[in-house]
Amino acid sequence: MSTDVLPAVLADLRSGLHRGVVVDSPPGAGKSTLVVRAAAELAAGGDPLIVVAQTNEQVDDLVVRLADAVPDATIGRLAAQDYQAPARIRDRPAVRVGRKLAELPGCGIVIGTAAKWATVGDRVWPWAIVDEAYQMRSDMLLRIANLFDRALFVGDPGQLDPFSTVDIDRWTGLTWDPMQSAVAVLLSHHPTMPVHRLPVSWRLPPTAAPVVARAFYPFAGFEAGTVAGQRHLEFTARASGTASAGPLDATVDLAADRGWALYELPARHAVRTDGQAAAACAELALRVLERGTVAYSERDPAGVPVTADRIAIGAAHRDQVAAIRSVLGTAGDGITVDTANRLQGREYDVTVVLHPLSGRRDASAFHLESGRLCVLASRHRHACLVVARAGIPELLDAHPSTEPVHLNVPVKFPDGWEAHQATMSHLERLRIRAVS
Amino acid sequence: MSTLTSLARAEAVRAGRAQPIATVRHVHVHDRPLVLVPLTLAGEANAPLAAMVGDDPDKPRLLVVAQPRNRDQRFAFATALAGVIVSYADGFTARVEAVAGDRARDIRVRFADAPQIVVPNPGGVDFARLFGRSTRFRRSYGDYAVDPAVPMLGRWLTFFAERAEYPGSCLLLAATEALALHWATGQSLVEDQNLAALLGWIDPPVGLTGAQAAVLAEDAGTWPPAGPTTDPTFDSTVLAPLIQAGDVPGLEKALTAQLEPTWGLVWRAVDRLRALPAGPRVAGRWDADKEAYTAHVQHLRDGGPPQPRRDSATAAAQRLNRLERAQASYAAQRAFDDPLVLAEYRLAGEAFVGTVTAAEPERVEGAGRSRKLRPHIVVSTADPVRLAPGTALVAPTRSGQKATLIAITGDGVLLELSGGMGRAATPAPGTVPEVGERICYSSLTDGYQPVADFPRREDTPWTHGGPPAGYDPAPVGDAADAAATDTVAADAAEEWS
Amino acid sequence: MSDVEARLARIRGTAPVREHTARTIAALTTNPGCDRRAVLDAAGIDKQKLAGYVEFPVPSGQSPFAISRGNAFEAQVKADGCAGLLRLLGERLGLPVPEVSYADLAPAGTGASLDARHARTRELLAEAAAAGPDGGVLLDHPLLRLDVGGRAAYLEPDLIAVRLRGRFHVVEIKSFAVIDGQADGRKVAAAATQAAVYVLALRGLLAELGYGPETVADEVVLICPENFANQPTAALVDVRRQLTVLTRQLSRLARIGDLIATLPADLTFDLGAAGAQPEPGCGGGEHPPRFSDDSAVPGRPVVEVVGALHATRARYAPECLDACELAYFCRDEARGQTAALGRSVHDELGGVPDVAGVLDLAAGTRVPDPDQAEAAELLRLAARLRAESLASAL
Ligand code: SF4
Repeated sequence: MSTDVLPAVLADLRSGLHRGVVVDSPPGAGKSTLVVRAAAELAAGGDPLIVVAQTNEQVDDLVVRLADAVPDATIGRLAAQDYQAPARIRDRPAVRVGRKLAELPGCGIVIGTAAKWATVGDRVWPWAIVDEAYQMRSDMLLRIANLFDRALFVGDPGQLDPFSTVDIDRWTGLTWDPMQSAVAVLLSHHPTMPVHRLPVSWRLPPTAAPVVARAFYPFAGFEAGTVAGQRHLEFTARASGTASAGPLDATVDLAADRGWALYELPARHAVRTDGQAAAACAELALRVLERGTVAYSERDPAGVPVTADRIAIGAAHRDQVAAIRSVLGTAGDGITVDTANRLQGREYDVTVVLHPLSGRRDASAFHLESGRLCVLASRHRHACLVVARAGIPELLDAHPSTEPVHLNVPVKFPDGWEAHQATMSHLERLRIRAVS
Repeated sequence: MSTLTSLARAEAVRAGRAQPIATVRHVHVHDRPLVLVPLTLAGEANAPLAAMVGDDPDKPRLLVVAQPRNRDQRFAFATALAGVIVSYADGFTARVEAVAGDRARDIRVRFADAPQIVVPNPGGVDFARLFGRSTRFRRSYGDYAVDPAVPMLGRWLTFFAERAEYPGSCLLLAATEALALHWATGQSLVEDQNLAALLGWIDPPVGLTGAQAAVLAEDAGTWPPAGPTTDPTFDSTVLAPLIQAGDVPGLEKALTAQLEPTWGLVWRAVDRLRALPAGPRVAGRWDADKEAYTAHVQHLRDGGPPQPRRDSATAAAQRLNRLERAQASYAAQRAFDDPLVLAEYRLAGEAFVGTVTAAEPERVEGAGRSRKLRPHIVVSTADPVRLAPGTALVAPTRSGQKATLIAITGDGVLLELSGGMGRAATPAPGTVPEVGERICYSSLTDGYQPVADFPRREDTPWTHGGPPAGYDPAPVGDAADAAATDTVAADAAEEWS
Repeated sequence: MSDVEARLARIRGTAPVREHTARTIAALTTNPGCDRRAVLDAAGIDKQKLAGYVEFPVPSGQSPFAISRGNAFEAQVKADGCAGLLRLLGERLGLPVPEVSYADLAPAGTGASLDARHARTRELLAEAAAAGPDGGVLLDHPLLRLDVGGRAAYLEPDLIAVRLRGRFHVVEIKSFAVIDGQADGRKVAAAATQAAVYVLALRGLLAELGYGPETVADEVVLICPENFANQPTAALVDVRRQLTVLTRQLSRLARIGDLIATLPADLTFDLGAAGAQPEPGCGGGEHPPRFSDDSAVPGRPVVEVVGALHATRARYAPECLDACELAYFCRDEARGQTAALGRSVHDELGGVPDVAGVLDLAAGTRVPDPDQAEAAELLRLAARLRAESLASAL
């Protein structure tokens, strides 16, 4: 199977048969690379082009990568009034920053956030590339869609859906429901629009790709770009001899060996900022550091130390993040601790995840959202350590099925409940119990 | 819900009566609201059975459909209901007031008051929405002609139901929701849907606990359901035989008995709410309601078309934008008006109250032309602050001044202030919080939020299906009827049988 | 009879088995964490009667207007051999409707027996399946069977299985309105779950005939009146989610033995009807002892029955009020529990199960267990903020 879908994507885009093409990208499947290559190809054709991303950070990342990929093009960075260009942008002579289009003359490629593009009018570009299109809301697409004739939409369908602060069902069932994702509204108006899929995750190791694919991408699926044995973790420091550190070290060892490990705390209905669970997350991350973990992979065959910046701890709620940060203290300086929302699109060697259902008695729709778990379980290149209190399978079995069903609204797959079941059934086999 | 509300529920269980979750009233209560208690016939699509309606608690008006499946009788009901509702809704146009626009010379005029309808529960709001939908496209000529008051009723009901979706709007209130905004009972939200049970907790009769009153209130014999759905037992034992027999006086008597208890409850709810002191920002939201009312009256006077069945792509996106902005400012306003609402944010770590323990009011950054006043203050607090450094905060009492969180230290929260200090080289007196002052900061803002740009309807992009066909959005006068003909003809023909 | 069946028969006692219907099977998914309900349902006990007996009757019954409207609408859709329905499938859903043969398996007045109807359903489906993708068939009043916890439940789809695009479709007729393309999401969900039960049963039957599950579409056809008129409209509803959930709950029901093993050996919900003695071990199964008259007066002391109920573990939540006949009983039992105030309330109060504990911890009058230290801290903070805010408003 050919893993390069770009030629087919470009062929569809240039065929004149479709105004848009969608590319679904599972975690770490080279979405940004595709965006950059597609932009380079389109720009090489001589037509001006715009690129739309969702956050300033995403835009800056793309600007840097594009500047590397197309060294002879002038790239325009369209920015808001209060934007401060980071050094990596300021350093590039080929990149211009402008608050208005008029400040970016002669730029073949102009990049900005969707929100910024929505303030631009009176011009139509032949091409656009919309990145993170599943995270963009339909109403935002409505505001920018008149800026381009044809567009490539790229994104990860398994991640968190965009949300709204208002909760009404006034528009459910409408093909243009403004609360849907941009891709959903696009495909419901253009059911024949080509949808390509990136088939290989270069991030997720062979231990993770099948698990994540089965739970979160049940129909499309994908494979790992590496094979068993190509990546592994080694420790340069010995495990601690203390009894309480035993299970922690065992969890780290198991995760190094199998790619996953579940560190299980005794069952209890706990407050959301469960101190024990927060401490376990912090301790596991610190054990990875203290053990002098070295990561060997196709990228670093000679090994590279897993330093703090290569470790992330993820949780569902902001208060949990704050609790973990405070236990982590200065020993964990440099370790990323964040919510699923903010970890989207990021990559680490090792991740520690506080399971969203840990310590809960009942699961809410928020906790069950498949995108949340998917983000948390798919950030790692080597290993993912999950912290949870016992009892999640029982909780899932007891979960009442009472969600309303709406006419003419495509059912979202995977269903969060099923995705959680699938993930848990894998993790349960890789469980280490904490000493209680 | 939240931990604070849940705790109030637990307290209510022990106290045997509902506990306050607000210290001020967050809804506007009209001097002369119109109460509407509708009932529908089970199994039918919002077919009216009866309604009790009026603006005087002592003079309810009863409207009954003796044969609910009879089209003519339904429209007679609609005409009669229009007589009450449309004349009430139209009745606030005598007085106008002038308001300043963004610039001082842009003076606009709006009506000085607006109507307010109170229904028992969210089902009542749905009734208004659906009855509005089934009547607003009717025509007063041609085939299936109806009384001209009928489509007018439909347009008013639709207006009220749409406003009810707006966070903070009070043109159409559901009594259960308005009460639940102010009191937590010792039962669940599911049970709070029952108006009689909810008021049983808020105002238990002498000698009873809230729990006992609520259990009594669940007996459909004593407290008939507050509608629009009727009690199935009533349907089979009373209603069906009376309808069968065509016994109109009997029906009126039976339906009066079903409606009167709820009628009384809704007025009691209005009184309970009215007795609370209004939050300072309630009047501002009512002004927004008056604006909406003025715009609707103007639209009707201009011969504008009825509201479409569903929003177009552009209309939907614009409405969502308005709703989200209203939601944000409503949340902030409630927190600023009410320490108990603010406490929710304090508990979540998104707001804090504390005492200023150190202040450096004359601190500056930069020099020469770029010299800026950037005072630092430290606020010591017992609240669990969970805000990230760099977050912009505002004190409700100093809304013109931005405070940036620099760090959270053992001494408290270190803030850097900008703005709101006058033009001089040093802050104007009183513009920087002083040591010893008790102050609240949060990330909530009720500031101006810019309106987003959306394409015009005729520019609806291809991604959203392109420009919609037909149904001219804003024809005026006679053109309205002509343009709307296709859709309206189809709707007028709807059998409604 | 297996041990489990014998045990269930004893639990049920002398009362007749209450057979499952699509509605009761669908209800298995509404509170699957409740052991009490699982045991009662597995034993085929009439929960409505039980609730009445222990003096917590739930108001029940459907309005005669709703019933007659439902019947009238169904008759209208099925008129003339479902001619209107077939047109609708073509027009609204774009389903190519081939030459369709229509068969009514229980024409009015024939009084065909259940077994006969089921056999005939099977026969016609076998023929249709064998006829290949173009063998259009429309079965009215079919009768399907589904194994529910070891007992066969007879199911009567509202209508029909239609063969369209080579696959059988379950058609569900409901009388709630679809207005401008929208219907009540809870009603659609209930219809979808019920239809999913039929899909499972139909798949089971076709599997016996050697056909795979893909022979039955996982989209069902929902027929409802449109807007405010009586004209029917059709929509396809994807029931894959409901199928997964149902399959899982049915497989749990099949493992009811594990749960029963934890119950007291002499547990029974027998109401002790006068003149009938429970016969442990030999009632139930396929030939339960039946009363000739269902209204036989029960004679067992209410406290005993209440005791039996208390011996099973409930998991009450306010949502039970809309979903289970025992809700008033269980609500009363759960008074003072935080979960009775709402599923989320328990979590928001730090997982402390009882109201008294919450308030004492909040007031600092109870020393928390080490397990509850964090919850106590949260509650004390909440109580302080509440008190401070209420005081500052005075
Ligand atoms: S009402 Fe009682 S028996 Fe029924 S599901 Fe709820 S807790 Fe279980």
